[in-house]
Amino acid sequence: MLHGYGASLLQGAGLTLAVAFASLAIALVLGLAGAGAKLSHSRPARALAQAYTTLIRGVPDLVLMLLVFYGGQVLVNEAADRLGLGFVDIDPFVAGVLTIGFIFGAYITEVLRGAFLAVPAGQREAAIAFGMTRAQALRRIVGPQMLRHALPGLANNWLVLVKSTSIVSVIGLSDLMNRAGSAAGATSEPFVFYAAVGGLYLLFTSVSEWGFARLRRRLAIGVQEIRL
Amino acid sequence: MNTEAITASLPLYLSGLWVTLALLVLALVIGLAAALPLAMLRSLPSAWLWRPVWGFTYVIRGTPLLVQLFLLYYGLAQFEAVRASPLWPWLSSAWFCAVAAFAINTAAYTTEILAGAMRAVPAGEIEAARALGMSRLLLLRRIVLPSAFRRALPAYGNEVVLMLHGTSLASVVTLLDLTGSAREVNARYYAPFEAFITAALFYLGVTLIVVALFRQAERRWLQPMLGRSATVKNS
Repeated sequence: MLHGYGASLLQGAGLTLAVAFASLAIALVLGLAGAGAKLSHSRPARALAQAYTTLIRGVPDLVLMLLVFYGGQVLVNEAADRLGLGFVDIDPFVAGVLTIGFIFGAYITEVLRGAFLAVPAGQREAAIAFGMTRAQALRRIVGPQMLRHALPGLANNWLVLVKSTSIVSVIGLSDLMNRAGSAAGATSEPFVFYAAVGGLYLLFTSVSEWGFARLRRRLAIGVQEIRL
Repeated sequence: MNTEAITASLPLYLSGLWVTLALLVLALVIGLAAALPLAMLRSLPSAWLWRPVWGFTYVIRGTPLLVQLFLLYYGLAQFEAVRASPLWPWLSSAWFCAVAAFAINTAAYTTEILAGAMRAVPAGEIEAARALGMSRLLLLRRIVLPSAFRRALPAYGNEVVLMLHGTSLASVVTLLDLTGSAREVNARYYAPFEAFITAALFYLGVTLIVVALFRQAERRWLQPMLGRSATVKNS
């Protein structure tokens, strides 16, 4: 049915998942930093984080990706010129992962900030009163409780992130979408191949949702409401 | 900085902005018109009625918009029956396919938003309307829908912004929207920063206007309603 392009599609799917997981790692780091900045007492840090989240939520991911890809190309080559190196090509994988990580870092900033605020202040105060340092209070008391509040938001962002990996095909990465395009061109059966891509994405999102539902039940142990 | 590239391309950006706004408004109007009956079916007790709607929104919300767009624009051409049909002049046009893909996509998300808002209408209001002898249709028109539309405002505002960003994919199927214009400018002047940052500022401006409009609408229609009911906390 796929005219021998099945293996190629699966390789593309692997690359798509690699983009998704690498972007998630960057987004989590940026999200932690952003939430820390938004909750900090430093006015410049708060302003910077606010500008970051406003900017990202106002600009399409495709535009940011094209900016990073083509703009990065110019910057890297200017730097390479100064160092006396030859022409350097920007890797679409790097550009794609950086852009998607940067975008979802902003959304995760909001999720983590909300989760932190959802933990009652008394929890942290009690931990400090017990003689824990602020870092210990965060790691032992506030962090684990934050996770439960952050999970729905993180799950939602992960699902959107997985779907937005499809646009890295536009900057030439041979991901799932890109390989489907080549196969569609070679076999003149575009509907079959794009439907297959849709099916694979649906599989990714369905498996993710199933996993998150299990995780949510696990994290809710101890706080489940009693039903009479 | 190549300011000339921007000033010389300003007409291109403005026509791109026009295309982006036209795509957005068309998709939103069609999507909302389709979502309203779908949300009602989704809220009915009969599984024969709500299951197909749920299946539709599940598939659309679980796959990327770019895949949906490519399925319509490139995918349909695979079938001889489609190419021979009288609809082919439309189905082969990037404009039509982009509007159709965006409308289907936003219809699915809007259906879930509206269905959720209808579920959030307090049971007491519906019971009171029934006790007054309202028919189901009258109850829907006077009680459920006015309340659900207001409750849906915050989530729908987000959906409008996401759809605005989604329209940038139209540039991938050759349309000269804002993003398409920026790509054109970049290709012409080889000035990626100028080209894409200008487009980004346009998008940011439209986003801020949309957000401000929805904030006004919430203040006018949603907050007075929530202020009266004791059960919902006013955020």
